[in-house]
Amino acid sequence: MLELHRISKSYPGVDALRGVSLAVGAGEVLGLVGENGAGKSTLIRIVSGAERPDGGRIEFEGETAGFASPADARERGIAVIHQELSLVPQLSVRENLFLGAGWSRRGILRRRWEGREARRLLGLLELDIDPDARCSELSLGARQAVEVAKALALEPRLLILDEPTAALSPREARALLRQVRGVARRGAAAIYISHRLEEIEAFADRVAVLRDGELVHGVDRRGPTGGGDGRLPLDRDELIEAMVGRSLSMEFPPRLPEAIGGPRLEVRGLSAGRRIRDVSFDIRRGEVLGLAGLVGAGRTDVARMISGAMASDGGEVRLDGRRLDLRSSRRAIRSGICLLPEDRRGQGLVLSRSARDNFALPNLDRFRRLRGVVDRRREGRAFSRWREQLDIRLSSPRQRVATLSGGNQQKVVIAKWLERGARVVLCDEPTRGIDVGARYEIYEWIRRIASEGKSVLLISSELEEVLGMSDRVLVMHDGRIRGEIPDPARADPAAVLRIAAGIGLSEEPPVA
Amino acid sequence: MPEGDGGRVGRWRRRLLDLLGRNLSVVVLVLLCLISSVATWREQNPITSRSGGAVARQVLEACQASCSVLVVARDTEADRVFAQAIEQGLDAAGARIAGSVFGQPRDVRLELERIAGAGDSLDAIATHRIASDWGPVRTAGVRVFAPRSYHWPTFLTARNLLNVVNQNADIAIIALGMTLVILTAGIDLSVGSLLALAGVIAAVAVQEWFGGTAASPAGLLAAMLLGVGAAALGGLLSGTMVTAFRVPPFVATLGLMMVARGLALILAVGHQRRLVGGGAEGTPEAVRVDAAAFAWLGNGAVLGVPNPIVLMLVLFVAAHLLMTRTMFGRYVYAVGGNVEAARLSGVPVTAVLLAVYCLCGAFAGLAGIVDASRFEGGRPNAGELYELQVIAAVVVGGASLAGGRGRIAGTLIGAMIIAVIQNGLNIAGVASYEQKVVFGALILAAVLLDRLQPKIASRRARMTRASTSTPVQ
Repeated sequence: MLELHRISKSYPGVDALRGVSLAVGAGEVLGLVGENGAGKSTLIRIVSGAERPDGGRIEFEGETAGFASPADARERGIAVIHQELSLVPQLSVRENLFLGAGWSRRGILRRRWEGREARRLLGLLELDIDPDARCSELSLGARQAVEVAKALALEPRLLILDEPTAALSPREARALLRQVRGVARRGAAAIYISHRLEEIEAFADRVAVLRDGELVHGVDRRGPTGGGDGRLPLDRDELIEAMVGRSLSMEFPPRLPEAIGGPRLEVRGLSAGRRIRDVSFDIRRGEVLGLAGLVGAGRTDVARMISGAMASDGGEVRLDGRRLDLRSSRRAIRSGICLLPEDRRGQGLVLSRSARDNFALPNLDRFRRLRGVVDRRREGRAFSRWREQLDIRLSSPRQRVATLSGGNQQKVVIAKWLERGARVVLCDEPTRGIDVGARYEIYEWIRRIASEGKSVLLISSELEEVLGMSDRVLVMHDGRIRGEIPDPARADPAAVLRIAAGIGLSEEPPVA
Repeated sequence: MPEGDGGRVGRWRRRLLDLLGRNLSVVVLVLLCLISSVATWREQNPITSRSGGAVARQVLEACQASCSVLVVARDTEADRVFAQAIEQGLDAAGARIAGSVFGQPRDVRLELERIAGAGDSLDAIATHRIASDWGPVRTAGVRVFAPRSYHWPTFLTARNLLNVVNQNADIAIIALGMTLVILTAGIDLSVGSLLALAGVIAAVAVQEWFGGTAASPAGLLAAMLLGVGAAALGGLLSGTMVTAFRVPPFVATLGLMMVARGLALILAVGHQRRLVGGGAEGTPEAVRVDAAAFAWLGNGAVLGVPNPIVLMLVLFVAAHLLMTRTMFGRYVYAVGGNVEAARLSGVPVTAVLLAVYCLCGAFAGLAGIVDASRFEGGRPNAGELYELQVIAAVVVGGASLAGGRGRIAGTLIGAMIIAVIQNGLNIAGVASYEQKVVFGALILAAVLLDRLQPKIASRRARMTRASTSTPVQ
C-alpha cells in the first residue's frame, strides 16, 4: 500500500535519512523501532506530508505521491496519531471526533448524525465511552483511544501511531493495540512506533529498524536488507543488536587523572506520583554519573527535582551530608546545585536578553554593591573571563542570546553556572542540537569540572555519549533505576539498551 | 567582521533599520512635533515680561528719556507682569510714567481724562497688540507703542510646551509603573481608579484627621503618603491575585479597577454627608481641601518649571536607574522574557511580580496626589479611562505587550507622543470626538508596530548573522 523508495533527507549538519526504502501492505502492522535520533520522526514527517524528502519517491496505493502538506496527506487517507494528544479537553468526545472535519449541512451541525456516527466509531474499537463525556474527564488511555477513533473517522488507508502508549498503563496499552490490530484486519495498514519492544513483538507483523538514518533491518519489496527476513517472532536481543549496531566512534576527550572521592550528593527515595518511584543514588566527588534511559523514563524529572525546579512528593537529597531544601530553584542554586536544562531555549535562557545579562542572572548577588545596585564593571570582567575560557563567540557581550548558535548558547548557560561555583552540575542533554566542534568542547568542560572535584550528573539519550563520558552509569526504566553499569567505557551498549527497554525485568511493574 | 564592498550598502541599510527599530518612537515624536509646529504657525503677540522690556526700549528709542508714558494693560496676571516690565524699563532710563491702567477700555478713558484734568503732559502710550486696538487708546492723540508681532508656531512656545508636559505629567508617571507591569507580560487596568482613590483618601485625610485649613506640612505629607500607600496596597492585592492564585492580570486588575473606583466614590460621598450633616444626596463631588499648601505640589514651580514636571523627571530618572542598574531591574526583564528560565536561574519570580504590581499602584497613587493637589481636592471621578491612555503611552514607547521588551526612556517618549498629539489636535481646533478617532487609530498603529517589530528585528538579526558568522570548524 505504501512504498518508500530510497528516501533521503538532511538537515544542516545531519543526514537524518539516507536512502530508506520501506513498504507496508494492506492489513499489515509494521513496527518501526530505533534509538533516539535514528530518523523515525523524520520518516513519519515525510510520510505524513509535514516535510518533503530531499530525494527518493513515495508510492501510495500504486500512485507516486508527493504530499504537499499534512492536509493533503490526510485527504489521501493517511492519519497520524502523535504522542501529544490533539484533543480539546473542554469539548465532548463527540465534538472532538468531528472537530475540523466539516461534517455539517449548510453550516449547521448534524448533531444526531454525529452522535450515531460517534457511537459507531467507538463501538468499532470496542470502547465503552460516552460520546457526550468531556474529554478532560477521561483517563489518559481513553483519550488516546478517542484519538484513534478520531483518526478512524476519516477512514484512513494508513494509520501512523507515534509512541501512542508512552503515557499509558500496560493494560491500557494492550487495549489500544488490540484496536490497532482490528483496524488492520479491516484492510488498512498501520505503522507503529514504540520503544516498548514487547509491544512490537506482540502486535507487529513485521519490524523495521532504523539506525543513523538507515534501514538496518526489515523488509521491502525486493527482499530483506538486513539480517533475518523480518518475520516475527523476532528475537528481541537481535532487534536490540540491530538498533545499537557498531559504534560510530564518537570522539571523547581523554579522561583526566581524577581522583573520585566520597559521596557528595546523596539521593534517597525520590518519588513523584507514578512518574518517579523510589529513586536512590549517590554521586561522588569528581565523578561523572551518567543517567541513561529512553525518553519518558523519568531522567529529566529526577534532575528537575534535585535542582528544585519540580516538586517531589517523597524522598530527600543530601549535599555533603546536609539535607537540601528543594522547594525552589533559588534555594537549590544557593546550596550549590545547578541545572543545564534539556530545553535550553525555553528554560535555560531569556532569549530576548543579552548574553551578559543571561550570564549574570543567577550571579547578580555576587556583582552587587549596596542596595541591589549591579556593579557593571565587575559583571563585565567576570563575563569576559568565562567568555575567554569557554571560547564563547560573540560580537559583543550585549549580543542577544537568541542570535547565537546552539553551542554558544549552551556555553553561556555553562558560564553562568561556573561563575556561580556550583558543587553539583546536572546536565540534561547538554549536547542536543549542538554541532560536533562545540560538542567536544562541552565534553572537555565536563571532564574539567569533574577533575576539579565537582560532581556531574549527565543525562543523555545518546548511549555513546553517556557511556563515553561517564565514570558510572545508571539506567532508568519507567521511573525507576533498573541497573548500574560500573565500567561504562567497556560496557556493551546492547546490554544498556536492554535494561532501558525493560527487557528481562521481573515482568510488569506494579500499576500505581 | 569580514565585509566586502557589497557589505557597505548592507551596513547602511542595517544601520537605518537599526535606527528605525530602536528609535522609532523618537522619530515619531520629532515628526509629530514638526507637524504640530507647521499646523500652528501663527502670528504671535506674546504678553510677557520680555515683550514688555522690548516695548520699553521702543518707547525710549522713539522719544527721549524725558517723555511721559501711560502704560495700558488688562487686568490679568500676564498683563501685570508685562506692564511691570515696561515700567521697570522706563524707570531705569528715567522716563516719567504718567499712569498705569489695568482694566477695560473705559478705564483707559477715565485715566486719560484724569491726566488731562491734572494738566500733565502725555507723549506716548505703551501697551500690547490687543489694547492698542482699543478706541480710547487709538483716539488719545499720542503715539502708541506695542511689541512687534512675529510669526512662530504656537505649539513651539516655551509656555505651550511646559503646559503640554505639565498636563500629561500624571499620565507619564503612571506609565512608569505600567511599563514595569507590561515588561512582565502583565497589564494593570486599575491605575485610573487607584489614582482617584489615592486623591480622595489624601483629601479626606487632610480634611478630617489632619486639621483641614490648619493642617501642618507634616499632616499634609502624612495624608499624601496615606493616599499613595492605599494605592500601593491595591497594587499588592493585584499582584497577590496574579501570583498566588494565578488569576490573569487582566481580570485581577479589572476587578480592582471597579472596587477602587467604588471606594473612591463612597469615601467622597461619605465625606460630603458628614459636611452637610446627614441628608446629602449621593452625588459624587470632589472633596475640597482647604489647606493652601496642599495645592503646592500640583501648581507650584521650581525655577519656573511646574512641580508635576519636576516630579515626573525625577521619577523617570530614578526608574531608569532602577531598571538598568539594579538586580531588581534585571529580574523584571528576565521574568518578562522567560519566566521559566528566570525561575530556574534562581530569580524570586513571585517577589518580583508582587513588587512590580505594588510599584505600579504606588505610581498611580502618586499621580492621584498630583491630580488632587492640582485641583485642590480629591476627585472621585478623576482618571477615568486613564488606563487606556497609559497603556497606549507604554506601547507607543516601544514596550512589547508580550513582555521582556521595553525601556523607561521609551515610555517617556511614548507619553510625550500622546501628549503632543492631544495638544496638537487641541491647538489645531479638532473637536474632541475626532480626537477620539485619532487616539484609537494611534493605539492600533502602535500595536501594529509591536507586531511588526519582531520582523524588523529578525531581519536585522539575519543580516547581522550573515555578516558576522565565521565558519564552524
